Amino acid sequence: MSTRAGPQGDNAAALLRQRQQESQLFLGLSAPALLAIMVIVFLPISWLSGLSLFDRGGAFTLENYSRIFQSPLYRNTFVVTFQISALVTLLCVVLGYPLCYWMARMPPRRAALCMIFVLVPFWTSVLVRTYAWLVLLQRNGLVNQWLVSLGIVDEPLQLAHNLTGSVIGMVHIMLPFLVLPLYASMRAIDTDLVRAAIGMGASPARAFRDVFLPMSLPGLFAGVVLVFVLSLGFFVTPALLGGGRVQMMAQRIESTITIYSNWGAASALGVVLLLATMLLVWLLHRGFGLDRLFSR
Amino acid sequence: MPDASATQDRSLPITVRHLTKSYGDFKALDDIGIDVRAGEFMTLLGPSGSGKTTLLMALAGFVSPDRGSILFGEQEVVALSPHKRGLGMVFQSYALFPLMSVAENVAYPLKLRGVPRPEIGRRVQAALEMVQLGAFGERRIHQLSGGQRQRVALARAMVFEPRIILMDEPLSALDKKLREQMQIEIKSLHRKLGATIVYVTHDQREALTMSDRVAVLDRGRIAQIDTPQALYRRPRSLFVADFVGESVALPVQVEAGVARHRGVPLHSSRAVEDPALPHYLILRPELIELLDGQAPPSPPGTNELSGTVRELVFQGDSVLVLVDLGQGEEVAVRLAAGRVARGGLPQQGAAVRLAFDAESTLIVPATDP
Repeated sequence: MSTRAGPQGDNAAALLRQRQQESQLFLGLSAPALLAIMVIVFLPISWLSGLSLFDRGGAFTLENYSRIFQSPLYRNTFVVTFQISALVTLLCVVLGYPLCYWMARMPPRRAALCMIFVLVPFWTSVLVRTYAWLVLLQRNGLVNQWLVSLGIVDEPLQLAHNLTGSVIGMVHIMLPFLVLPLYASMRAIDTDLVRAAIGMGASPARAFRDVFLPMSLPGLFAGVVLVFVLSLGFFVTPALLGGGRVQMMAQRIESTITIYSNWGAASALGVVLLLATMLLVWLLHRGFGLDRLFSR
Repeated sequence: MPDASATQDRSLPITVRHLTKSYGDFKALDDIGIDVRAGEFMTLLGPSGSGKTTLLMALAGFVSPDRGSILFGEQEVVALSPHKRGLGMVFQSYALFPLMSVAENVAYPLKLRGVPRPEIGRRVQAALEMVQLGAFGERRIHQLSGGQRQRVALARAMVFEPRIILMDEPLSALDKKLREQMQIEIKSLHRKLGATIVYVTHDQREALTMSDRVAVLDRGRIAQIDTPQALYRRPRSLFVADFVGESVALPVQVEAGVARHRGVPLHSSRAVEDPALPHYLILRPELIELLDGQAPPSPPGTNELSGTVRELVFQGDSVLVLVDLGQGEEVAVRLAAGRVARGGLPQQGAAVRLAFDAESTLIVPATDP
C-alpha cells in the first residue's frame, strides 16, 4: 500500500503521515527551549542537590540536613523568611487589589497609561531602586525630613537597616508581579455581570462580593504565588535595606558560601527552601479550590 | 392593549420627559419624551449611535442623564440607584454568572430579596420550566448553547416577577433561525407575565415582529412612535421609511399640495404636510404590481411608472426584479414564488410598467439634516 495520496483512495496512510510530520515539527521547534531548561535549570539544581549529600572530604552524609533541622539559627531563618514573605505578599494585595480594580474600570487608554506608571520602575534595575530607597529612608533622608518638618514625628524614624526598610523595598519591587496577572484577570471580567447583579437588586458592595471578587480570585492567586515565591528567595533588597539585621534564607545561603565556604551546607539550605516552596504552592492550590474557579 | 388599572400589580407604565444626555458635543439623548403603557411591549429601534441603548441604560440607572424625568408608575426614579429600581434585565452578552450553576443564577435575584429557601427552589424550577430548561438546573453555564444561555437569562430576569423588564439586544448573538424562534418565545412569555417590556434592537424585522409599539430613534431623538403596522404603512419621514422595511426612494416635486414624479402627478391617500421640505416617493418592492408593457391601462387612481427589466435576482421564496426607470433611477419589485411558478417572469430587457395604488403611495419629507 502506498503512502502517497492518490485519486479516489481512502488515503488514510498519507493523512496519518502528514499528522506525524506535523507533530515532529512541533517537537523540533520546542527542542531549543527544552534543552535550555535542561541545561540552565535542571542540571544545576540536580548538581546542587548532589553537593548537599557530601561533606568536605567527599564522603556521603546527611549531616548538612540534620544541622538545618537541629540548629535554632537555621530554623529561625526559615521562620523569618516565611514571615517576611507573607507580610510582603499581604501588603502587596492590600495595595494592589484596589489599584487593579480602579484600573480595570478605567477606559482602556487611561488604564494603559497607568500600567506604564506601574511598569516603569519594573524596567529599572532592582539594585538602583534599592539604593534609591536607602537614600529616601535613611536617618536624614527625604522621608524623615518631611515627617519631621510636617511635625508628624519629633525624631527621625529608623526606617532603613531594619525590617521596616526591607519590607518597604520588597513591597515596591514585588507590586508589579501582583498587579500584572490580577489586572489582566479583572479586565477579562464582563462588566455586564456586575451590572446584571445590580440590576437584579444587589447593592454595589453585594454585587462585588458575589460576582466580581470570586471571578478575580484566579488572577489574585497567580499574583500571590508569584510575589510570595519570589520573596522567599529575594536577596539584594533585604540584604541592603535590612542592613544585616534581617537575615532571610538567601542571605544565609550566601554567607554560608562566602564566609564559611561550605557548599554542602549551602546546597542543603537551597534544597530545603525549594521543597518548602513547592509544598506551600501545592497547599495554596488545594486550599483555594482553583479547579472549580478555572473551569469555565 | 391591556387595561392599565387591571395590570398595575403585574406591570407599571413608564413616563419619560425631556430626557437629555450629552457626551461632550455629542447628544446621545436630545429631549426624549416617551410614554410606555403598563404591560406594553415597546421596542426602541434605531441604527448604532441613535441613542436607543443610552435610553435603556438611563431607564436601568446605569447612565445618569443630564436632565429630565423618568417615572415608573407614579414614582420618580431618575436619581434612584439602579439596584433600587426593581427591574428585570436581559443583556446582549447574557451576563450569566459563570461560577454559579443555572439554578443558582436564576435563584440569585430571589436570594437578594430574602425569599425563603423552599420557595426559591419552587420558583426557580417554575421559571426554568417556563423557558423549557426544567432539567438543566444543575448544569454549568459553559455547558449551555447560546440559545439555552439566553433562555436562562430570561428566566433569571422574570423569576422575581418584576413589573418592568428591560432587554438590550438579547437575540443579536444568535443565528437567524434560533433568533426567529426566540422572538416568538419572548412574545408568548410577555403575554403570560404581563410585565411592561422595553426592548432594544437594531433589527427592524425583529421590532415589527415582536412589538406592540415601536419607537424609532435617530440621533438622540424620537423620529416616530407607532404600531408596527402604522410604522410600515405610514412612515412620517424618509429616515423611518428607509429604516423600517425595504424600500426605494425617488425624489418628487411638490406643487400645490400634489407630489409629481417627473412632472406626472401622483395619487396618494396622504396629504403632503410641509411643502417647503424636499419630498420623496417611497416604493416598497412587495407593494408594486409588475405589468407587461402591452397590458391594458390600470384603473383610475392607480399610479404607473414605466421602465425596462435590468436584472432578475432569485431569492428562493421570491424573485426580485430590478427595473431601470432611466435617469439613474431604479426600482425593485418583488414577485412571489407562486407567480413565478405560473410563468409570470419577465425577460431581461423587456419593457414593463409598475403600478401601485394610492394607499401604497407614500410621500414623505426628507428628514431635516
